[in-house]
Amino acid sequence: MANTTAAPADASHDGSRRDFLFLATGAGLAVGAAAVAWPFVSSMAPDADVIAAGAPIEVDLTPIQDGQIVNVFWRGKLIFVRKLTSKEVTDMKGVPLSAMIEPAAFDSRVKNGHDQWLVVYGNCTHLGCVPIGHQGNFEGWACPCHGSQFDAVGRVRRGPAPINLPIPPYAFQTDTKIRIGEQGGKGEA
Amino acid sequence: MSGTASTYVPKSRVAKWFESRLPIVGLVHSSFIAYPVPRNLNYFWTFGAILAAFLGIQIITGVWLAMHYEPSATGAFNSVEKIMRDVNYGWLLRYAHANGASMFFVAVYVHMFRALYYGSYKAPREVLYILGVIIYLLMMATAFLGYTLPWGQMSFWGATVITNILAAIPVVGDTIQSLLWGGYSVGNPTVNRFFSLHYLLPWMIAGVVVLHVWALHVTGQNNPAGIPIKSGKDAVPFTPYATVKDVFATVVFMILFAWFLFFMPNYLGHADNYIQANPAVTPAHIVPEWYFLPFYAILRAVPDKLGGVILMFSAVIILAFAPWLDTSRIRSCNYRPIYRQFMWVFLGVCFLLGWLGSQPPEGGYVIASQICTAYYFAHFLLVMPLCGLFETPKPLPGSIVESVTGPGRQISGAGMPAGAAAAPQVKG
Amino acid sequence: MAMTRVLSTTLAAAMAALLLGAPARAEDAHGGPVPPRVNWSFAGMFGRFDEAQLQRGFQVYKEVCSACHSMKLVSFRNLTQEGGPHFSASQVKALAATYQVKDGPNDSGDMFERPGRPADTFPPPFPNDQAAAAANGGKAPPDFSVIAKARTFSRGNLTFLYDWLPFVGYTEQGPDYIHGLINGYKDAPKDFALPEGGHYNLYYPGHIIAMPPPISDGQVTYPKDDKGQPVVPETTEQYGKDVGAFLMWAAEPHMMDRKALGFRVILFLIILSGLLYYVKKKVWADVGGEVHGLQPELHKAW
Repeated sequence: MANTTAAPADASHDGSRRDFLFLATGAGLAVGAAAVAWPFVSSMAPDADVIAAGAPIEVDLTPIQDGQIVNVFWRGKLIFVRKLTSKEVTDMKGVPLSAMIEPAAFDSRVKNGHDQWLVVYGNCTHLGCVPIGHQGNFEGWACPCHGSQFDAVGRVRRGPAPINLPIPPYAFQTDTKIRIGEQGGKGEA
Repeated sequence: MSGTASTYVPKSRVAKWFESRLPIVGLVHSSFIAYPVPRNLNYFWTFGAILAAFLGIQIITGVWLAMHYEPSATGAFNSVEKIMRDVNYGWLLRYAHANGASMFFVAVYVHMFRALYYGSYKAPREVLYILGVIIYLLMMATAFLGYTLPWGQMSFWGATVITNILAAIPVVGDTIQSLLWGGYSVGNPTVNRFFSLHYLLPWMIAGVVVLHVWALHVTGQNNPAGIPIKSGKDAVPFTPYATVKDVFATVVFMILFAWFLFFMPNYLGHADNYIQANPAVTPAHIVPEWYFLPFYAILRAVPDKLGGVILMFSAVIILAFAPWLDTSRIRSCNYRPIYRQFMWVFLGVCFLLGWLGSQPPEGGYVIASQICTAYYFAHFLLVMPLCGLFETPKPLPGSIVESVTGPGRQISGAGMPAGAAAAPQVKG
Repeated sequence: MAMTRVLSTTLAAAMAALLLGAPARAEDAHGGPVPPRVNWSFAGMFGRFDEAQLQRGFQVYKEVCSACHSMKLVSFRNLTQEGGPHFSASQVKALAATYQVKDGPNDSGDMFERPGRPADTFPPPFPNDQAAAAANGGKAPPDFSVIAKARTFSRGNLTFLYDWLPFVGYTEQGPDYIHGLINGYKDAPKDFALPEGGHYNLYYPGHIIAMPPPISDGQVTYPKDDKGQPVVPETTEQYGKDVGAFLMWAAEPHMMDRKALGFRVILFLIILSGLLYYVKKKVWADVGGEVHGLQPELHKAW
């Protein structure tokens, strides 16, 4: 406001000190406000309980028939465990990389020595719907929402899905038992 | 808001385009920037800003807590503990919300005392003041509903006691009670709907606060001298003078808040509320939160259910009649030598009632509660009207400037342009 | 003027009489010995949990209390917390695996038991409250998750006036009560009517407690130091302190974070308010300075 009528005598030489004071205080208020925002943002992240509950799960493969798809959940996410028929294995090995949207060799989709077993996340990579098994033109899945199609090892073959169904971390404990939720071998947490 | 003609002049073309379609910048400008403030306001007048800050704190922490809270009889207690243990900074959000409620009431009681002491309820500010009483009532309801949500023993039994109070209302009491319960006792439907209402009421508070501020900006602020702004010298513009003072006071008040939040987070609560609700066991001492204690003492002072309830509600409602119970021609206690003393005694009685509310209802405590209750009402019904009639007030200063400097002295520095300052005080 | 002074003095005296007169009666009704104040490491503004003490306290809980008292809200994983008991991840994993946890249903719809994992909460000793009550003379032993915050005691009517203040404040009623209770078993006074199955405890409200003395000297063997010497005495007094500290941690696991953040926040606010004070002073200097307090002519009158 106007100090036109009676400006304090020391206003001129005091100016820079005053500016600094105002600046420092303004900066302090801004820093304080920003610091307050952090706990609010942080509290929205998965909490300690949710993180801890994501423990690995074990899946027994013995009851699964050739060609059968089994649904399991890990960390609240749907996972398909599929036993491929030998025809599907042969067909999938024969698909040329050029025919794929995200080229991936058969070997990169299964664990070494376990050609029959496919473990993939069960949500379409387009917008997250659950594709229906044994449908579409590629012996795999077809998504009912927007028409994406995946082949028998979960590679996207027709859009709009941009990438293949991702593979969760898992490992074979024995030939008939897998552990989803960890990359390594036996006996780990 | 509407009381002052806006002095805001948009500069850029975009601002002009916008202002001619929605004059919100002009509204903010006239309410919080150019708005004339009496230059003699003391720190009692910063509590409006502090209250606004706490309304914001409560709403924001509350919205965030609601992301994790589970409003059910089986889930509530555990979800609150999950917030305390597992959610990142969940303990901070919850303790800020719980202690924020207490600080909100500390501030509102200072604000109310200010209004009573300096006669801010007197004409032309009756509507402004009554809106304040409504905000206070809404705050009480919100705080009570919120306290039931952790579903501890005090939550459960507090809800039981208060809903039984409502059952004392003749004819419709039982219906109101069962509508609140959603069952035959306080239970799962109760906590579910209390959560819904606890989320609703703060927005109603915010709405009434807008009206409260609107009314304030029509009549202008009262001040310690209780006399209207007469010339530009009497006033300073809201920004920067009142804003910087408000921000300073708010930050100082936050130190007290932070102390309780970080070092005494459970001091203002009750240990019993860390025991999960148990309909079979009542805690030894059922005591409300500290900010309800004076009214609780009034409730228990009467050995009759309906009588106690009527008296307790009257104790709040009577505040709304202060503008007409006070017969004094002048506002500020600074110039009312006798009423001024009664005002301090009244404050003491309120503190005493609060303390009595925390004590067991037996023996001398009940008698003391009865005496204090009688005095509480006598203050409004006898002291207020009679003091105004018989008291000889001290001479009022000629102007706000004179109240600051003493008669006939000048003050350095400019105030407001005379025209702008005189506008809001229409009939002061 | 003199009349008003008399008036206010009389009223003040009446209030004071009420204030001082009433508590005298209350002391009789609600008085009683107050648990002794333990010098807790976690008390005060800079209080820290003693990790070794929390480990010992957990040992006491596990070997003694957990036979009857559940701790449903605390997980095994919490025991690894730094500033808490700070057990290693492998220790906690091994500990969790010694418990059987109910899980399920499995693919065939059955519930089953499996070894515990760090993510599990402590399995309760009884399947439900009814079973706990039935096995303990009709009253379920309280859960221990937040017991240190759920217990308190009154030290008198007016301590609330200063208990919240910095440096003289007191918020450790909970663990003091736990320590006091464990050490509070005494022979009942001669004229005290102790009911069948009741035990006399100095600090329990009403003195009649259903729980028999839970622990005795030497009952829990603490780990020895490098030289094979005991680190702390194996006495009920020490057990009470250790389990009190452990239960305080269990009830308030983020206490150290809270106090550390609080110190920084308050320091920041003090500096900021100091800056704001000078900003305000500079701003108000333009209009001849701010007016404080009462009006000048009132200073003359009062």
